[in-house]
Amino acid sequence: MVSRSPLLANYLPNNAMSPAGPMTILIPSSVMERAQMSGYSVWSVLREGLRGQTGWDRAWRDPQPKTEYDVVIIGGGGHGLATAYYLAKNHGVTNVAVVEKGWLGGGNTGRNTTIVRSNYVQPKSTEFYEHSVKLWENLSHDLNYNVMFSQRGQLGLFHTPAARDAQAKRVNTMIANGIDAELLDREQVRAMVPHLDYSENARFPIIGAIYQARAGTARHDAVAWGFARAADQLGVDILQQTEVTGILREGGKAVGVETSRGTIRAKKIGVAVAGSTGHVMGMAGIERLPIESHKLQAFVSEPLKPLLDCVIGYGAPGAHFYISQSDKGGMVFGGDLDFYNSYAQRGNLPIVQEVAESALAIMPCLGRVKLLRHWAGIMDMSMDGTHIMSKTPVENLYLNAGWCYGGFKATPASGWHFADLIANERPDELTAAFSLDRFERGYAIDEKGMGPTPKLH
Amino acid sequence: MIRINCPFCGMRDHSEFSYGGDATVTYPEMDAPEAEWAEAVYQRTNPRGPHKEYWHHVSGCRAWLIVERNTLTHEMGAVTFAHAGLAKAVEG
Repeated sequence: MVSRSPLLANYLPNNAMSPAGPMTILIPSSVMERAQMSGYSVWSVLREGLRGQTGWDRAWRDPQPKTEYDVVIIGGGGHGLATAYYLAKNHGVTNVAVVEKGWLGGGNTGRNTTIVRSNYVQPKSTEFYEHSVKLWENLSHDLNYNVMFSQRGQLGLFHTPAARDAQAKRVNTMIANGIDAELLDREQVRAMVPHLDYSENARFPIIGAIYQARAGTARHDAVAWGFARAADQLGVDILQQTEVTGILREGGKAVGVETSRGTIRAKKIGVAVAGSTGHVMGMAGIERLPIESHKLQAFVSEPLKPLLDCVIGYGAPGAHFYISQSDKGGMVFGGDLDFYNSYAQRGNLPIVQEVAESALAIMPCLGRVKLLRHWAGIMDMSMDGTHIMSKTPVENLYLNAGWCYGGFKATPASGWHFADLIANERPDELTAAFSLDRFERGYAIDEKGMGPTPKLH
Repeated sequence: MIRINCPFCGMRDHSEFSYGGDATVTYPEMDAPEAEWAEAVYQRTNPRGPHKEYWHHVSGCRAWLIVERNTLTHEMGAVTFAHAGLAKAVEG
């Protein structure tokens, strides 16, 4: 049984058990006391409301780096923080530091369009992403932090009979793997979202959609903060503004990191820096990887009254688009990569035009909506469109990378399985499929069937 | 917007071009060991800085070009024809 503070135990539903089954966790009593003291609850919100919000503790400590840790995780995004959390929670490894050069969630965690889904078809990917959705479903309770996971459902529109056949196959594959999926016809889609372009002369005529009701969105900042706070309460040191400048090696083994705040030795090092994977792995002498860095832009409009109560996406020759409405009212949307290698976290205007055209082709009612912001993040585009979670040629150095467009939805499962890999020093049955050497062995997991051209995944 | 100085057409917006990937990749002989082919097909240096890459001037002269570009700053360097004979003819 998962051990929790008395306060949390009352707050959690009975089905709060992890999908992987019962487990024992080892948490020092001093840490549990601290966790009890600062747990969030209805009562703490009421109490602070009456006290003028003066009694809140900081959400996580700002510790000085120790000289040595059992595990150092490079990268304080969602994946790195989740890894640290599950190392402590699932494996009792609490002497852990997360080293982040900027601020938590300032990279791709804070730059994505927050969509969570598990509509994959490759066997290991279905299993992995469905595990992630199951973790999402209880994440707010598990972390005692509201990540605002909203299972508002996702519609993947299709526009041709061939695309309909492909999505019917996807529905069948998902159902066969125990994942919810439905194939909707045009009228069913119209009943759900009446304000799309259903006219006969639409650029992309809507003939139906694949629907996953359990898909949805989450608040990306809250995911980073929730994992950070929960990990911190289990004893993990979170070191922001600490840039890794080198990876120390002795006799072919990684033994620590050089940082802007001094040398930190580590028995094991996990790298979770998607976007900058090549740059960081180069510090360990691994100069070549099956990854290219590409930038992906995202957009948010001015806040609107409720306009869209689900996630909509579509892909057709010449267009790729996905959109949802944030709880604040902004329309959050994105499209394709810029299609050339880049580490620049900024976009360019041709993509703004393309995405705007894709938006109006499907939702003409957005025509007069003002754009509030747009930005770019750097994607690790892997050679088969699937992530890498693996041991590396350098002993004690573990790699979590290659998430392409799909890293945000994977956050909890990524942390769960990466922590398992690091703690047990071997991949579990699922993680073994995502190894770094799968390409040369001929076991690429090519979800879209695009071959080794990263920009097409 | 990146602008590429096509040696045939002159300075054009990058939206006239299609990106063709890393131009430093060289393929081994057909009967080379599998490991060499795996290296060429899948492994990339993916530099954060100067990068030599193919662009196809698909909406222009349709020539394949080799472009030097900084992936961090998008600063452009030399642009040459990918076809060695064409490159030589232009130089000559």
